[in-house]
Amino acid sequence: MQVNGVRIEDAFAEAFPMWGARVVITAATPRWALVAARTMTGFATSVIGCGCEAAVERFWPNTPDGRPGVSVLVFATSRDRLRRALVDRIGQAVMTCPTTACYNGLSAEESEPVGSALRYFGDGFQRRKRIGPKRYWRIPVMDGEFVVEEHFGVVQAVGGGNFLIFGCDEEAALAAARAAVRAARAVEGVALPFPGGVVRSGTKVGSRYRFLTASTNDPYCPVLRTRTKTALPPEANAVYEIVIDGLAEGPVREAMRRGILAACREGVVSISAANFGGRLGPYHLRLQEVLAGPLS
Amino acid sequence: MTLVLALKETPPVPLEAERISPDVLQGLSREDVLNLEAQLGNRRVRLREFFEVDGEGSEEIVLRGDLSRVKYVGRGMTRGRIVIQGNAGMHLGAEMRGGEILVEGNASDWVGAEMRGGLIRIQGNAGNQVGAAYRGSPRGMRGGTIVVQGSCRNEVGMRMRRGLIYVGGRCGDFAGLQMLGGTLVLAGGAGIRAGGWMRGGTIVSFQEIRLLPTFLYACTYRPTFLRLIERHLEALGCPLPQGVGDAPFALYTGDTSVPGKGEIFVRAVEWKT
Repeated sequence: MQVNGVRIEDAFAEAFPMWGARVVITAATPRWALVAARTMTGFATSVIGCGCEAAVERFWPNTPDGRPGVSVLVFATSRDRLRRALVDRIGQAVMTCPTTACYNGLSAEESEPVGSALRYFGDGFQRRKRIGPKRYWRIPVMDGEFVVEEHFGVVQAVGGGNFLIFGCDEEAALAAARAAVRAARAVEGVALPFPGGVVRSGTKVGSRYRFLTASTNDPYCPVLRTRTKTALPPEANAVYEIVIDGLAEGPVREAMRRGILAACREGVVSISAANFGGRLGPYHLRLQEVLAGPLS
Repeated sequence: MTLVLALKETPPVPLEAERISPDVLQGLSREDVLNLEAQLGNRRVRLREFFEVDGEGSEEIVLRGDLSRVKYVGRGMTRGRIVIQGNAGMHLGAEMRGGEILVEGNASDWVGAEMRGGLIRIQGNAGNQVGAAYRGSPRGMRGGTIVVQGSCRNEVGMRMRRGLIYVGGRCGDFAGLQMLGGTLVLAGGAGIRAGGWMRGGTIVSFQEIRLLPTFLYACTYRPTFLRLIERHLEALGCPLPQGVGDAPFALYTGDTSVPGKGEIFVRAVEWKT
């Protein structure tokens, strides 16, 4: 299969189940909301080393308190890890940021207590407010109060949707990757947790060192073309991976579709996907099926 | 289908009609509804003596006429909707747990007394002790929302524990008396001794009010949670006449004579230093 002269390999991305949450951060100005969101999503590229994956989703138009807001998606491999990540990151990155408040952004049947864990920071001076069906905690801080919703909705999500962009050189591959990230991020409910949405250090499972669970994906490293069983096309000299987590499989597929179409441009040799031979996750997102459009 | 009860004549003495509630009326035939009993003074009467009934028992009830002498409508109701096209009598929605009551006219005393859930909306004025505790009872309103778009008289929210009361017009004396929790929003200000003996909860006034000397000024700031209340009221079709916006509020805490952990927010014209 070819798109714009770029070969689409008959490969599949191997995605796996995660738990996801959406956090809406508001502040007095859009800048402060974004500062808090970016701080909260720092060092959250991969569950392998960060405990969770998180990314800014978008500016949130209709926030609970009517102030400017930004939504953040957070993913972890279990509900318990997700709850801990939310408590830690909201506590350390959002509560500390001037003028912010933090709300649940997901209507879900299941939820985790986040505000009720953070309330102890109030040292007994915290107050709970029930407004309509929702409960909030008001935690006194030095510029007034930090308001945080008591429970945050959590859903079973999909992590690890991906595709690989093989470029004839670094510039072409990176330009294609940036175009792909812009297109994929336009889909609601997906997060691209890596720096700028792009991964250069793709991983394989395991290592020759026993203390490592993951290591460099040597078949895709151009500098190792002569030293390992390479998976690179002969013309490729740089590879970038786009990793996509989503609140459901549909948004991940759609983000992959838009991203791949945007990446098919001059200087790109082919598009493929990373998988682990079907051993890691139950979601096998075949690139050619993804490009055919949304599932019926 | 809607059940319509039209008052034929104003009762000579108060009529206690707590059976006018969706919980009781749903599923009843017209004849069953007409035969329901009510208390008129010291004797039992049938509803047919005072009401004309159209339709059959339903979760949606419409009451027509001046019901200012009909008490306990919707008492303890858990679901459904009552619309009163006229005035309502005492104890409207008392101990209510769910559903909605809309009064297109005025309401009398003890609206939503000790209610636990649901929504009561009065388009006109209300009397004394809205959402309050009955005499001798430790706790008043424990949940739900009461919206009075007009004014209220005294002791609104007395000993309320949870929930939200909004008063669009002016409130009488002792608003939030002995309040324990919940939120009382006063868009039109209040009389004297607001928050007296208050132990907890929040009073928000959009007008200057004369506070007891046992309330202490803490600071002036922009409380984010007031925006949540504002949007909640907007969703109920009751926008605040002066939006919260970016306005600062002066925070007073008390009542220190109890001592209490209550808070009174007064919309500030300017930052107080």
